[in-house]
Amino acid sequence: MLNSWFRSELALGLAQAAIASLLALAVVLLARRRNIHLESDAAIALVRGIVQIVAVGSILALLLKAPRWTSVFLLTGMILAAGSISAKRAKNIPGAVKISTYSIAAGAGAVTAIMTWAGVIDTAITSLIPVGSMIIANAMNTNGLALNRFRAEVLAHTGEIETALALGATPRATIGRYAETSIHSSLIPAIDNLRSLGIVWIPGLMTGMLLSGARPLYAAIYQFVVIAMILASSGLTSLLSTTMIQAHAFSDADQLLLKGSD
Amino acid sequence: MNNTSGPNQPQQILQADRLGRVVGGKTILADVSFPVMPGEMLGIVGASGSGKSSLLRLLNRLDEPTSGTVFLDGTDYRQLPPRELRRRVGMVTQRPFLFPGDVAFNLRFGPAQRGENLADDEVTRLLEQVGLPDFASRDTAVLSGGEQQRVSLARTLANRPEVLLLDEPTSALDEQSKLGIEELVGRLVRDQGLTCVMVTHDRDQARRMCQQVVVLEAGRLIQSGSTSEVLDA
Repeated sequence: MLNSWFRSELALGLAQAAIASLLALAVVLLARRRNIHLESDAAIALVRGIVQIVAVGSILALLLKAPRWTSVFLLTGMILAAGSISAKRAKNIPGAVKISTYSIAAGAGAVTAIMTWAGVIDTAITSLIPVGSMIIANAMNTNGLALNRFRAEVLAHTGEIETALALGATPRATIGRYAETSIHSSLIPAIDNLRSLGIVWIPGLMTGMLLSGARPLYAAIYQFVVIAMILASSGLTSLLSTTMIQAHAFSDADQLLLKGSD
Repeated sequence: MNNTSGPNQPQQILQADRLGRVVGGKTILADVSFPVMPGEMLGIVGASGSGKSSLLRLLNRLDEPTSGTVFLDGTDYRQLPPRELRRRVGMVTQRPFLFPGDVAFNLRFGPAQRGENLADDEVTRLLEQVGLPDFASRDTAVLSGGEQQRVSLARTLANRPEVLLLDEPTSALDEQSKLGIEELVGRLVRDQGLTCVMVTHDRDQARRMCQQVVVLEAGRLIQSGSTSEVLDA
């Protein structure tokens, strides 16, 4: 229907974005009827999302002819932004931005670097940036989920943790099982993505490869490669961030610092 | 350090020395000093929000004082490793927070943190002390409130503390369980020569159990002395 109304590809894209946003806002309003208030979060995320992706698309168009090493700067910028964004899911955790940035940099960075070195990811900007950004974005989500769950677990079990401390336990002993729960639950989306690959969803990268003329079998296998890389980087990120956050949740005198209120 | 004992009197085992705690600009406690003598039962009394529990948490350094310190047997507690301090100054909280598993696992938790295994007969002895013989293999999930609090007390005693901190240990219990815990704590203090600091909002409970009291109001110590002098004046 829209195709017949809009001649320009840009106008068509904006119209499609508007309809998708309206649908998302309708769901937000539906949630509001059940007293779940997502209005401002969703509105800000939608506006940010469209502005950011259009900006990146424009930059990518400019960078198509840029030297390959410039992708390092772009990926670094993405990691810094990802660290800052996912740290917001860890309110009151001291040092959350630093921990998130380091974990995403190590998790997503290591996997991207190894796979690029091994020749799995092509060094061309048009390949490295989209695949790298997928890895970083998923590491960011996993990190946010891990920190959010860790925080919730600690706040829900403050009494048990402080009781264990009062009995002479080390911070790591008091909090270990909550960190394990956080790691496990943060990886559920990545594992489910891998489980349901090709059955429940055919991700965008494969669709893009098919549209640009790749052979379907290779496109399918490469999609698996990307999702497996995402699981590896997400797992590493989650392990690192929960390990680092455990140290930041306590003072040097083994006092629990992460509390809802004092 | 304020030393209130004379040359022939026993040294205080615990000394709060100008303790204060400020959180986010709000004063929770200010300039609180008092001694606790060996074998003594000292009550911290005051209205809700007066800082009683906050003070107790400073005594085993679960929270950090923003001013002052505590001396344990003459040593500034900041010089002691926190885990050793907390073994020596045990704490029983208002809610027992038992760990999932059986009663014996809970009793063994503290010693296990130091790599020690509490023997079966020691578990039995502790449970007999708190009036719960044959409870070692019971799942903590099926215990009553009074039984949970007794297990919590036995779990803290398993660490062989020199000072026992009790944070309103009977406030969540019915009258009968409350009197049972009072009798139990009183007996432990008498028989074992334990030193005990107990927070209570219940002045009658303080009269029944404590020889000495300190009274807090808005985070400040306003009175201290023998229970009869302070509470019946």
